[in-house]
Amino acid sequence: MEKQVVDGLREVFQSGRSRPLQYRKQQLRALHRLITEHQADIEQSLKQDLNRNTYNTSLFELIGIESDIKLAESDLADWAGPRHVKKNLNIASDDVYIKPEPLGVVLIIGPWNYPWATVLQPLIGAIAAGNAAVVKPSELSEHSARLMNELLPLYLDKEMYQVVTGGVPETQELLKQRFDHIFYTGNSTVGKLVMEAAARHLTPVTLELGGKSPCYIDKNCDIAVACRRITWGKFANCGQTCIAPDYILCEPSVQDRIVKEIQKTLQEFYQEDPKSSPDYCRIINTRHFDRVLALMNECTIALGGESDRSQCYIAPTVLKDVLPHFKIMQEEIFGPLLPIVTVNGLSEAINFINTREKPLALYVFSSDKTVIKRMLTETTSGGVTVNDVLMHYTVNTLPFGGVGNSGMGAYHGRHTFDQLSHHRSCLIKSFAMESLNDARYPPLTAARLSKAKFFMQHHLCSCSGVCVWAVIATILAIGLLVGLIVVLIQKTPV
Amino acid sequence: MSREKLAVQQARKAFLTGGSKPLEYRIKQLKNLHRFITERATDITNALRKDLYKSENATQMFEILGLEGEINLAVSNLAEWAAPRPVNKTLLTISDDVYIQPEPLGVVLIIGAWNYPIAVTLQPLVGAIAAGNAAVVKPSEVSSHTAKVMELLPLYLDPEMYKVVTGGVPETQELLKQRFDHIFYTGNSTVGKLVMEAAARHLTPVTLELGGKSPCYIDKNCDIRIACRRITWGKYMNCGQTCIAPDYILCESSIQDKVINEIQKCIQEFYTKDPKSFADYGRIINQRHFKRIMALLEGSTVAIGGDSDESECYIAPTVLRDVASGSKVMQEEIFGPILPIITVNGLNEAIQFINEREKPLALYVFSSSSKVGRVMHYFQLLNGKQTIYIFSQVIKQMISETSSGALLANDCLVHFTISDLPFGGVGNSGTGRYHGKYGFDQLSHLRSCLIKKLNMEGVNQMRYPPHTTEKLRWARVFLLKQVNLARWRQMAQVAMLVALAAFVVKRFLR
Repeated sequence: MEKQVVDGLREVFQSGRSRPLQYRKQQLRALHRLITEHQADIEQSLKQDLNRNTYNTSLFELIGIESDIKLAESDLADWAGPRHVKKNLNIASDDVYIKPEPLGVVLIIGPWNYPWATVLQPLIGAIAAGNAAVVKPSELSEHSARLMNELLPLYLDKEMYQVVTGGVPETQELLKQRFDHIFYTGNSTVGKLVMEAAARHLTPVTLELGGKSPCYIDKNCDIAVACRRITWGKFANCGQTCIAPDYILCEPSVQDRIVKEIQKTLQEFYQEDPKSSPDYCRIINTRHFDRVLALMNECTIALGGESDRSQCYIAPTVLKDVLPHFKIMQEEIFGPLLPIVTVNGLSEAINFINTREKPLALYVFSSDKTVIKRMLTETTSGGVTVNDVLMHYTVNTLPFGGVGNSGMGAYHGRHTFDQLSHHRSCLIKSFAMESLNDARYPPLTAARLSKAKFFMQHHLCSCSGVCVWAVIATILAIGLLVGLIVVLIQKTPV
Repeated sequence: MSREKLAVQQARKAFLTGGSKPLEYRIKQLKNLHRFITERATDITNALRKDLYKSENATQMFEILGLEGEINLAVSNLAEWAAPRPVNKTLLTISDDVYIQPEPLGVVLIIGAWNYPIAVTLQPLVGAIAAGNAAVVKPSEVSSHTAKVMELLPLYLDPEMYKVVTGGVPETQELLKQRFDHIFYTGNSTVGKLVMEAAARHLTPVTLELGGKSPCYIDKNCDIRIACRRITWGKYMNCGQTCIAPDYILCESSIQDKVINEIQKCIQEFYTKDPKSFADYGRIINQRHFKRIMALLEGSTVAIGGDSDESECYIAPTVLRDVASGSKVMQEEIFGPILPIITVNGLNEAIQFINEREKPLALYVFSSSSKVGRVMHYFQLLNGKQTIYIFSQVIKQMISETSSGALLANDCLVHFTISDLPFGGVGNSGTGRYHGKYGFDQLSHLRSCLIKKLNMEGVNQMRYPPHTTEKLRWARVFLLKQVNLARWRQMAQVAMLVALAAFVVKRFLR
């Protein structure tokens, strides 16, 4: 079945239907209508999957999707148009440019934590770039998957974009097929399997994986504000966010203060009983519930720790004096447990981070610029937010992706378009000036060699629009200034 | 511990000291690489003569020149490439620092090829060094003399940071078991799959510069003489052993004879009546490839050449006519001096032929433009207009209905020399790209950075629970508005100029 789907899509893609920009914009608009007309249904599906309320769904999923659709629609002509390139003397009279082209059939495999955003945002890029697509939503967020399966064919061209639902066997079958790009969001273990499968067809991949995103709190900073922001980012979606601050690193002297501030903030956000707060989510299923709960085993609970398996509820929990060898420090938590590991200062924190896999996100809170600078230059991570958490995700001009174990490739905004396009180098020469080419033809004499050298090594500047504008503006301004001075001088001797 | 594992370990240790981070260090290493090429020029030339029968000038022009250009470009632009790249902000982040910071990846493995062993092994190294990585270089054992010269690299580059590991298949397999932060492979698709599979085990990103059959379509309305000159040059350079050589020709049967005639004239002009004794005509790399290529002739009609000498690995510049699409020579990348001509009934059939096959690394199309079109084009250029006007319908259609790593109209190979054009394949011809800044970016991690301050906490209220409709409304406003500071600055400048102009005019026109 999966093979038929992919073959069918490839045939439709090759018919050229998705090449015109008008078609792509039409599909994007349809997608926009889908999320506005069915917002309530989407919110309902997320409530059933994760007990997420409508506000959080908008904040964390729908606004991002909407923003990307709007951007794609307004900028598509610019993105898809030819991109100019600097020339050297050899090719002064030719056309040199890079042309973005569709790749073909893209496979998008989504996770369950933000099932709409992590599937639709890549899909927006796939559509904008002119590809056909197979969307495979996660079976764990089953209500969202079902709704997506129902709605997408009602709004999008179902011959060009198809949804395939199912679990592991269906995904494995899909991965046997040949795609032109595979976009996978999930964990590193499966990421390796996806890349291995892709290798058999030489299919490029984008892997948005995870890891343990460290959060360093310097003793010189406004700890109250820092803790507010961290609490928000950690416990949103019940900790099930790929860029959630996984664990805290701080000096022992500030640990108690941090615990206190987090406690105050939790009170403010979720009141006395988070279980009955409409804003507090649940763990996706009992398997993950058991997994997360087991991570608490060796730890000292500073806050929270309560749970209710029947509801997959785990209270917002802070663990203190956590040691590096504890189980909780061996895997990505992906749950509402916040361990605090104490270190003796910045150097030890940096060392701690660098002896582990490169994380998807890194957070550092400090008022001291030198601390921030050191942390940024001496570590690496997919992305960084300083003095806040999660926020680099919201700026769609920043490429969002991992490095090393946390992934490869990046997306959001224009980056998705670029990631799912082939940037074809184009050089259009004319038949004229063949004599210039003599320098390269055999017999290769020393004279020809020096001629070739000269032409190849000299660059011409590209007259971009900005450069021209700047030059014109400057000339005008100077001209006017000179005119003004002349007028004033003429006026003085009355 | 194996030699390969040790090399990787040492390179990683050197990288972790942070020694390659300072730009001065990288520039010094790049300059040292330059010294390697200039001081060892004779060794390199001799090695390439032995490996591929390349003449000294051919080595200079087609291996050294490009590499030198890349090194010089990296040295002069490194500060710009490595600097933080600011991006447009949202309303919410308007007072923050928002930028992309290029960072080194770590230890890069570069597996070279044998056809242009210096260029395709060392050009990626330029990008690796510039981006601040450590590197393990594995030159191809097939071009054995050049591999030997590359063993001298540690005399010029920091021997702890940049390792050279020589050897064949077992050594490469041992290397591929190790963990790298990027693998850059140039070669064929079969091995490319194995490289990517090995990389997958460590989640290592890859750049695969592979190959394929690069088609060359000659439109009947074009200057066939010049087209054939350029094609002949591109095809027989390095005895056809170029990844972007025009693999086969597609043309209408009415011009096939003319094409063959012109190519014959060019072959004589470039390589004399006896290419075997001509210094600028190369040889096949080894007997295995010689036999492979000769076997491809089976079943096809030789129009030019066809003679060979196994003892010298010499194959004459050869053209095959009326080749059938199912023939042996059309089943694999030729990588030799055999040029099949396949006749098609026009552009549409040619496009279909190309699209039925794997996406090639390069696609060539020869077609003339209308005079009117060209005049219009220059007029637009003079006006500073940046629109691309493709003034040949044939070329336009070929571009829009096919795909390939690169497309070159009316010439062969030269897109390789433009450092601002990304060089790479698509589909079976590869993934990733390099040359110039693209090489730097390909071997860097472009890290997104958002630097906020701890003040203005009030603004964050809209995102915190308990959630309300009002809070959400504010969040929408702040998150959905894009701020284009450059545009605002431009508008402010315009406003100021207008005000100044109005002021001057008012005064002057009193």
